[in-house]
Amino acid sequence: MKRREFLGKSMAVTLPALISGYAVKALDANSPLVQALMGGGTDTDHVLVVIQLSGGNDGLNMVIPVSTYSQYNAARANIAIPQNRILGLNGYTNTGLHPSMTGLQSLYNDTKLKIIQAVGYPQPNFSHFRATDIWMTGSNSNQEVYTGWAGRYLNYEYPNFPNGYPNATVTDPLAIQIGSTASLTTQGPSVNMAMSITSATNFYQLINGTSDPVPATKAGKELSFIRTVAKQTQQYAGIITAAAARVTIQNPYPANNSLADQLKIVARLIKGGLKTRVYMVSFGGFDNHSLQTTATDTTVGTHATLLGRVSDAIKAFQDDLVYLTIEDRVVGMTFSEFGRRIKSNSSIGTDHGAAAPLFVFGKPVLGGILGDNPAIPAVVNVNDNIPMQYDFRSIYSTLLEKWFCLPKETVAGLFPPNVNSQLQSLPLIKDGVCVTTTPPSTSGVTVITNSPNPFSSNTTIKFSTAGGHTLIQIIDTAGRLIINLLEKDYLTATTDTIPFDASHLPNGVYYARFQNGATQQVRPMLKVR
Amino acid sequence: MDRRDFLTAAKTKKTTAVNPETSGSASSARTFSGINPYTGPWTANEVIHLLKRTMFGAPKAVVDYFVTLTMSQAVAELINPSAMNPSPPVKEYATSANATLPDTNIAQGTTWVNDINNDGTVQSQRRASYKKWWTGVMVNQDRSIREKMMLMWIDHFGNESNDVGNANWVYKQHTTIRQNCMGNFKQMVRDITVDIAMLRYLNGYLNTAAAPDENYGRELQELFTLGKGPDSKYTEQDVKEAAKVLTGWQINGTTYQTVFNSSRHSTANKTFSAFYNNTIITGRTGATAGDLELNDLMNMIFAQNEVAKFIVRKFYRWFVYYEIDSATEANVITPLADIFRNNSYNIKPVLTALFESEHFFDVLNQGCIIKTPADIVIGAMREYKVKMPVLTDWDTSYGHWNTLYSFMNVQGLNLHDPPNVAGMPAYYQEPSFHEIWITTDSLPKRNQYTDIMTNTGYSRNGFRMQFDFVEYAKTLSNPGNPNDLINDALKYLYRINLSPQVKDQMKIQMLLSNQLYDYYWTNAWNAYIASPTTANFNIVNTRLKDLFRYIMNLSEYQLS
Repeated sequence: MKRREFLGKSMAVTLPALISGYAVKALDANSPLVQALMGGGTDTDHVLVVIQLSGGNDGLNMVIPVSTYSQYNAARANIAIPQNRILGLNGYTNTGLHPSMTGLQSLYNDTKLKIIQAVGYPQPNFSHFRATDIWMTGSNSNQEVYTGWAGRYLNYEYPNFPNGYPNATVTDPLAIQIGSTASLTTQGPSVNMAMSITSATNFYQLINGTSDPVPATKAGKELSFIRTVAKQTQQYAGIITAAAARVTIQNPYPANNSLADQLKIVARLIKGGLKTRVYMVSFGGFDNHSLQTTATDTTVGTHATLLGRVSDAIKAFQDDLVYLTIEDRVVGMTFSEFGRRIKSNSSIGTDHGAAAPLFVFGKPVLGGILGDNPAIPAVVNVNDNIPMQYDFRSIYSTLLEKWFCLPKETVAGLFPPNVNSQLQSLPLIKDGVCVTTTPPSTSGVTVITNSPNPFSSNTTIKFSTAGGHTLIQIIDTAGRLIINLLEKDYLTATTDTIPFDASHLPNGVYYARFQNGATQQVRPMLKVR
Repeated sequence: MDRRDFLTAAKTKKTTAVNPETSGSASSARTFSGINPYTGPWTANEVIHLLKRTMFGAPKAVVDYFVTLTMSQAVAELINPSAMNPSPPVKEYATSANATLPDTNIAQGTTWVNDINNDGTVQSQRRASYKKWWTGVMVNQDRSIREKMMLMWIDHFGNESNDVGNANWVYKQHTTIRQNCMGNFKQMVRDITVDIAMLRYLNGYLNTAAAPDENYGRELQELFTLGKGPDSKYTEQDVKEAAKVLTGWQINGTTYQTVFNSSRHSTANKTFSAFYNNTIITGRTGATAGDLELNDLMNMIFAQNEVAKFIVRKFYRWFVYYEIDSATEANVITPLADIFRNNSYNIKPVLTALFESEHFFDVLNQGCIIKTPADIVIGAMREYKVKMPVLTDWDTSYGHWNTLYSFMNVQGLNLHDPPNVAGMPAYYQEPSFHEIWITTDSLPKRNQYTDIMTNTGYSRNGFRMQFDFVEYAKTLSNPGNPNDLINDALKYLYRINLSPQVKDQMKIQMLLSNQLYDYYWTNAWNAYIASPTTANFNIVNTRLKDLFRYIMNLSEYQLS
């Protein structure tokens, strides 16, 4: 039985103030506090970093079909990468990478990069805005959806956000968007689940503690005052700056690379201890209708610079994760609202297209290539597009299932009804990450129970401590501490029992609160006549 | 309740309210401009400055109108309201079942202001009704300063309607102030002195020859006319003597009229201090005693120079800025006070001089007022021209007004219910003044208001009140160009210029969704205009919502 269902069904309409210093009003089982008591949904320390490549990235010049090189070259002679410059992939000769992507080549060869070919959706839309909205919401091409796929996920895990957040157990932003606008990706049913840029505290500024200068006028004086209050108001400002402050040394990142700048902050915050699950970063400029390469050398120019920055930034990020010893906790993915047309145009560029390859990276990733090189006709017409091989929603659903450890049926409920039966569980993540979450995680595991329950006067509490200081408190529905039933240092991980004699107590609900290291779990117990 | 204790406790630092030397600040630039008529440019910038200070918000249509006038014409129009006073509040509530004396004799949709009813539950419902109604009056303000003057004067006299209790009396006070709000200040003070709500609130109805109650006699001088400035030197004796002058006034609870009961009036001579040149108000007897002695009291108080200065400083803090340094005191307050006094305390001449002055339009005095909750709530409703129900649909209208009232309330402005008789701290509390509006509690609530009105709005009886940025954008000069769109919007919404970098960032991240080319917005906008399908609407609407929500969440938005 899931803890949430159990609590939802068995608890009375009120819950006590279980956590010291946290004033609790009467709550029902759907309240944020109740959810928080249950660990804030699925217990995981996994982090997903979503990299948006804005503008529509030319996937065909990024992941290059070596096995059909002549068709590729014929379709886009003015921008095609010379065959001898394509970067090879260990153990896979059919496909190679753009010559500026040495960083990702090395990740691939370290089995930390998954390339998924030709990701798209039926009836592609070629408008930047509309296509971006489709990618962020996970909607069908002809469907208007107002919530983001990650927003729906976070709303499932943390219902009612932001009411009741942050709280004693969910202290950190659920998602963080680097930049100044909240992404549709993290839009929940009512509010955006990402740390709100509408707080208007620029995230870079927050970390660096700087802000734009104010004029030396009366207006400037008041503006400065309001900004100060705004900073104090930012619910998570203290938590974020504290997390950032805990990390003073990071592995080097490339200069003049805004994606690297953003990822550097992400790594810093993850290492700094934020339990934030989703980070969104973005990097623009991929809308290369003309002069995608220089006229004389197709391996340099705008697109090469962009791809080089993406590759360098991700490689530096991954190296930093190793350096910071958080490599096991982080998976990243890239996406762009669409790819480009197969055939290049005469202005040395490419026009809006459809499916394109996508990267999933990280140590937990099952490296390799998924899918085949796109089929390129011998004679390519100007409107020919790369046919889709994988639906982008299957990437999302797989990450939710295999990385965020959500039951498959739950994942399906987060996507439009006519899509969810078609979602594929793809081999993106190594097996086993969802059963061996790192301590002190208690992912779906019950660490404290009692039997019998309900009971009339005596019951036995059974608990599993990971060792070290272990505390069991009995609390009544008014929030009063009845007794510290157990407080003990265990030398090793132990499953133990302790009797609870409630014969002197009135009938009703009592809570056994278990605390061990960073783990806490609450067991409702019902005393009956 | 002893209001004095409350008030004294609230004023932890009871410095003089107007000490010029302590009011200055080294951090902000000083200005030495005075009340000479402003002769500089008269453009949308100056019109917006004038409107944001004197009305709630500066809607584009109103700005466009005033730009066509001269500065003097514009000020004259603002100072001389042409619209009728609003019709009174109606019974929009269903009489509570808890009422012992239900007012079921009045039909819903008709006014309750003339219905005598002393039931506490009924009066509680009417007080709520009154506040909704006043909110509605603000939303529907005419092209004049009147509604802001109402907010100022009702705050000036500081009555708590929840304390007064009787909503009919509260409404009557409102109309008394409304009649005088652009008229004569001396007359207003005289009227308010025998106003039934005031008699109730400051215990005037208990003030008798046998047991004088000094409450009103004190506040009349300290809060309503003379203030506590360095040159306001009335004494405790003056408080006691003023109280004696005011003995005998009572409230008729069945007619809701003020009555003078000569048997409770102190007939002795009232002797005042040297501050008042040892004035003696002759004790009178009979039915006219109260009126005659009150006239004497008014004449004595209003003969003091400090009255005009105190009130002009109040105008200044409402309409210009809260800091009054020695230059401002000399160049602005003193000459305006002279005008006020020389015009027998008529309000229009002094306001005209203020709003036509070079000091008012001094760039250093622009953009430095922190918006009140009414500026935030009502101002946005007007600037975005939010559609409201027809007035005849009282149920829907009052429901919407109630929502707006509640937003102002949680932001710290409870209409006609200040924390105490001193009014709202933003207008008297040294040294913070307006900054008191902004706290870690109120600032998020200001943002919540604009966020909610952006995202979902409020719906009642199927009528949704919500910011519609697509319609708003259509009113701007060139919404298809993202640069013009942002520049235009900021022109009306902000008083502080943003750097090109910040505007570019807004454009790229909100309007272009991180694309680099302006024409993507242009194409999206043109596509919507050409074919306003849901999909096309959503594309522009989503991005405009992001943009405007962001604009309203930046600190700059809090200034006017």
